Amino acid sequence: MVLVFAESKNGQFKKATFEAVTYGKQTADILGVECHAIVIGSADNPAHLGQYGASKVHHINNNALDHFSSQSYTAAIAKAAEIIGASTVIVNHSSTGKSLVGRLAVKMNAGSVAGANHLPEIKDGVFTVKKNVFSGKAIAEYKISSKNRVLSLMGNTLKPEVTGSDAPVEIVDLPVGESKLQVISTDLQQGTVAPLPEAELVVSAGRGMKGPENWGIIEDLANVLGATTACSRPVADTGWRPHHEHVGQTGVAIRPNLYIAAGISGAIQHLAGVNSSKCIVVINKDSEAPFFKAATYGVCADLFDVVPKLTEAIKKAKA
Amino acid sequence: MKYLVCISRTPETTAKIAFTDGNTQFDKNGVQYILNPYDEWYALVRALELKEAGGGTVTVINVGTAENDAVIRKALAIGADDAVRIDTDPKSAMNVAKQISEYVKSNPHDIILCGKETIDYNSGEVGGMIAEFLDIPFVSYGEHLDIEGSSATVKRDIEGGSQTVKVNLPAVISAAKGMAEQRIPNMRGIMMAKRKPLNIVPAVPFEDAATVIGYTLPEGKSAVKMIDPENMDELVRLLQEEAKVL
Repeated sequence: MVLVFAESKNGQFKKATFEAVTYGKQTADILGVECHAIVIGSADNPAHLGQYGASKVHHINNNALDHFSSQSYTAAIAKAAEIIGASTVIVNHSSTGKSLVGRLAVKMNAGSVAGANHLPEIKDGVFTVKKNVFSGKAIAEYKISSKNRVLSLMGNTLKPEVTGSDAPVEIVDLPVGESKLQVISTDLQQGTVAPLPEAELVVSAGRGMKGPENWGIIEDLANVLGATTACSRPVADTGWRPHHEHVGQTGVAIRPNLYIAAGISGAIQHLAGVNSSKCIVVINKDSEAPFFKAATYGVCADLFDVVPKLTEAIKKAKA
Repeated sequence: MKYLVCISRTPETTAKIAFTDGNTQFDKNGVQYILNPYDEWYALVRALELKEAGGGTVTVINVGTAENDAVIRKALAIGADDAVRIDTDPKSAMNVAKQISEYVKSNPHDIILCGKETIDYNSGEVGGMIAEFLDIPFVSYGEHLDIEGSSATVKRDIEGGSQTVKVNLPAVISAAKGMAEQRIPNMRGIMMAKRKPLNIVPAVPFEDAATVIGYTLPEGKSAVKMIDPENMDELVRLLQEEAKVL
């Protein structure tokens, strides 16, 4: 059986969670088994996961698991997998899932692949799955030879797909040890757009903006698209934009459907964080900017002229 | 306070990525190797800062062959007190974690630090695996770390913000940007590094469960399509109809 850990935040499932359940269902189909989901902590309407392919939802609602701790969540998921007989466990490659994947692999004595971005295959009876390596410059195919397997799924690997109806939910009571971790505070940015690692549309800008006071045109473009804003490293380092907006090798690695980069030359460290984007639009007045080589579409012109025009064109198309 | 910093050797950021033996082996030919930046800039430097402020020792540990000694010496030049190399050529994250956790079982440390991931395999699994082998807490993506008595306070990156957590020691913490600033080794450090101990330890037997069987290069992107700056309607149309991303 395949067991998907369905992450929730403040009781809500995220789009990435529906992706993971969809991926779990498709993996289960390949293996010829059922797909179940496990929910930990408060969640509105866990039965809804059935629509994405979970034939049953196990819900652990234990006060000791209100706050995420990799140690206690690992113990809970591994125990549940053992009880229901699941040998393949799937989590998201999110901040939560990344803290779980390695731990779960050890706990379950499983082979693991962190950041899988293709559906697995069975080749000559062996389970194989691919992921990006060398910061997106190559793809590696892994074989997992153990009975148990743990995968973390890279965001935006597939689209969530509604294939079924609500699933039965079973409340599970598991004994959980005392947590050695205590959450002091959580700060989330306000706003309705998706955080960068989950964003499908990203508008990013660099030193070509000349100063932080000019960011209005970038925000306008992002607003009309419903996109998340990002920036290059020098811009974050000089304090023009907050650090959490920095995408690239040392910042956040993203893989949106659309990445629009204005006034970013495209240093190799920046490309390492964005080259998995499905479509890249580069706006730069320097025709020699290396970023053009990695772009799908390029506009060689002054961004202060082009960006507002692009915003208007999108408004018009959406009207 | 005893700090253990796990370090990896990775190809340099701009290295050409190619493969040999029917695309099953990474082509090391002409590749420059470095200390994995997250291990060096953030994990190691923060351990040194904490030691300088509160006392203790900083040991770096690597799982690899003698090929890795040069980057291990660099970590000593930056300021680590001593180094351990577990002598094997690991093919999986779990083997690395197994070797390090076996070492820690007989040589206890209060804090085990590692970078958030290596820049070659981008998995970030080793820290959590060590923690599970030792049954101790693991906090990933720390962008700030402080030690007080027998606990650590870590500010970590989460989607759309940050979270501050407190954990009992011993614990494993992975380091991301913000935890410290890169330090360049000086001549005195480089000279001293030559005399610092680098202990070679034999590996324990391990059987891999997940290994790479082959590599491919991403499909070459088709050449960039240049758009007339006066015709943004055309760009929007292509984004909708050709790229299908709007």
